[in-house]
Amino acid sequence: MQSGYFKIIVAALALCVSVNAFSADADLDALRAAIEELRSDYEGRIAELERRLTVAEQNAKQARAAPQPASMGATRTAAAASGNAAFNPAIGVIFQGNAWRHGDDPDSFYIPGFPIGGEAGPISEGMSIGETEIDISANVDDKFTAWLTAPIVIEDGEPKIEVEEAWIETTAMPAGLSLRLGRFFSGIGYLNAKHQHSWDFADQPLPYQAFLGDQYLDDGLQVRWVAPTDLYMEFGTELLNGGRYPSEGSDNSGFGAQSLFVNVGGDVGTDNSWLAGVSYLDASAIDRPSGDEDDPLLFTGDSAVMTAQFVWKWAPNGNWKQKNLVIQSEYMWRREDGSYTLPGGSVLAYDTRQRGWYLQGVYQPFPRWRFGARIDGLSANSPGSAFDGTLLAVPDDDPMRYSLMTDWSNSEFSRLRFQYTRDEAGILDDNEFGLQYIFSIGAHGAHSF
Amino acid sequence: MNRIFATALLLLLSATSSADLRIFACESDWASLAQTIGGEHVKTSSATTAFQDPHYIQARPSLIAKVRRADLIVCNGAQLEIGWLPMLMQKANNRDVLPGSSGYFEASSVVERLEATGDLDRARGDIHPEGNPHVQVNPHNVLDIAKVLSERMMLLDPENAATYTANFSRFDERWRKSMLEWERKAAPLKGTRAIIHHKSWTYLADWLGIEVVAHLEPVAGLPPTPAHLSGLVAQFKNGGADFIIRAPYQDARASEWLSERSGIPAVMLPLSVGGTDRAEDFFGLFDDIIDRLLGARAE
Repeated sequence: MQSGYFKIIVAALALCVSVNAFSADADLDALRAAIEELRSDYEGRIAELERRLTVAEQNAKQARAAPQPASMGATRTAAAASGNAAFNPAIGVIFQGNAWRHGDDPDSFYIPGFPIGGEAGPISEGMSIGETEIDISANVDDKFTAWLTAPIVIEDGEPKIEVEEAWIETTAMPAGLSLRLGRFFSGIGYLNAKHQHSWDFADQPLPYQAFLGDQYLDDGLQVRWVAPTDLYMEFGTELLNGGRYPSEGSDNSGFGAQSLFVNVGGDVGTDNSWLAGVSYLDASAIDRPSGDEDDPLLFTGDSAVMTAQFVWKWAPNGNWKQKNLVIQSEYMWRREDGSYTLPGGSVLAYDTRQRGWYLQGVYQPFPRWRFGARIDGLSANSPGSAFDGTLLAVPDDDPMRYSLMTDWSNSEFSRLRFQYTRDEAGILDDNEFGLQYIFSIGAHGAHSF
Repeated sequence: MNRIFATALLLLLSATSSADLRIFACESDWASLAQTIGGEHVKTSSATTAFQDPHYIQARPSLIAKVRRADLIVCNGAQLEIGWLPMLMQKANNRDVLPGSSGYFEASSVVERLEATGDLDRARGDIHPEGNPHVQVNPHNVLDIAKVLSERMMLLDPENAATYTANFSRFDERWRKSMLEWERKAAPLKGTRAIIHHKSWTYLADWLGIEVVAHLEPVAGLPPTPAHLSGLVAQFKNGGADFIIRAPYQDARASEWLSERSGIPAVMLPLSVGGTDRAEDFFGLFDDIIDRLLGARAE
């Protein structure tokens, strides 16, 4: 076939040359005759080539249909590099940006009774790029796989590369076990291990902000076991260093935090599927800062967080692309037992129980568009009158927020979102409006349920 | 807590007592084929039905549980399931079915993949650089896949190898006869022109000599837009195509809309086993595809 094209190109070139040569003579009849001769000549040859191609195709098909030598499961196509392993390692970049408008100054934001720590806090005012996330992953060998998330963040005007997640995990342990080592998002709760780009709202619900510093991320090890049952049952435990909120400062005392989690799930018909779970995190903290960054409160003691979660997903016929609805809710209980060092230097004993929850629904009525609503809240027992006038004094009204969002995704790699939040959690009631974009290029790992 | 563990243990014990080959198929086609070859010795399940777009499946807990216990995974491959299968694998902790092991079989790896451009530019949509993954709609491919699948099942379950061989031979014989009949019956379809919703019909068109003249999707994987459909109306209002073809899981509105304005018949064809009442197995799938196309041609 290639030689056929080559001849046609040569003929075309020859024609160009002859057009130039003959133009002076304007001997159009001769030229037409020459073109006609060439055309019929090459049409004949092309027809012949096409006929031969058809025969070759038929032969190939017959060969395909003919019995193959027993190859005991060998695959024939050499180019079988599959999925994300087409490149090694798989590399992806996720771009995120916000344009946000708060009614109040977000710098002076705080939730009375719940001084915020870790990464949590309001989205910054104005236009900003959020994390630019670089994901690199690959199988290490036949027994291990590795994952790195390295966001580029802007801190105090300076770009900085962080190591958000860096873990290796076994792939070849027997009996449904796996072991993960390194830095990773803890498996507690439903949202804790979800990457920011897969959140349905631009920010985390209040209990995650108040109790886990947005997401509990730490260094350590995780063991998971999946039961060999029809009902999905996953059991996991983690030993963590204790270097991050809510377990900050205890990283020099062995394992600062431990966790347990159990998830179960299944389907109801073809339209519905669900996941439910409970988890427990026991974290110790030493001089853990929260509240005002420059003048923080310091907590030393024990922070225990229990979470119960439920997620229900619906799609007619299970055909997710056309239409779907996700309802999810989590409830968290936290007990903090220890002492707070207040900015003035005084130390007060602290033993308080707190609760937080959210309920949200996200509906995709047709491809590309999703609409969501979320309500989230916190409540706490009073730590005592000694804390009156501090950030730890519990307000009369429980902190609450109400959010609406809509997003549009041209493909699964691009998303534009609008979000409105009525914030009655902070010191002053606030109305927030924001736009967000989340774009991804390169390899993009499959999302969890 | 004790009770949960006790239940888990009980379920565990009952689970290990079965000696069947557990086959997890990503698509109903391979569950059906494995059942034909395996008969009573296999337990098959399919992650998707013919009414679900296999590109977009949630990595559901029920599927993780199935992968956890599978002896063999059979999928189209060529990145069709890239949005969910890797997550099932990661969560299920089953080393016997990882890519590269004998418990993992990509059907498209044993056939000649069409449209394997190696093109990675997503401006052309959600494309599969390793080639078009919808290989099941050419019966020649099905035979090749059935052959390797039966070999794989023999490898994993040598005790029942004789049954698998016998069942495959029976299938092979009947399939070859059916292919001749389908090709004879479908001869009038050669040279017809089709507008297709998604590139799901490339292998069918290649087999029957149907020319694909346009797609309802503006670029692969993105839903049809009004602008693109209006362009198609302008292009095809005076004919130029014989069918508008869609799969059961694709929104009918786009093809019906274009059909109304162009007069070209819209046809829904089963893309996978179970997609129509007649397509209850692979034989019925091709019977129905050809009859539906011939029916639309006669209109």
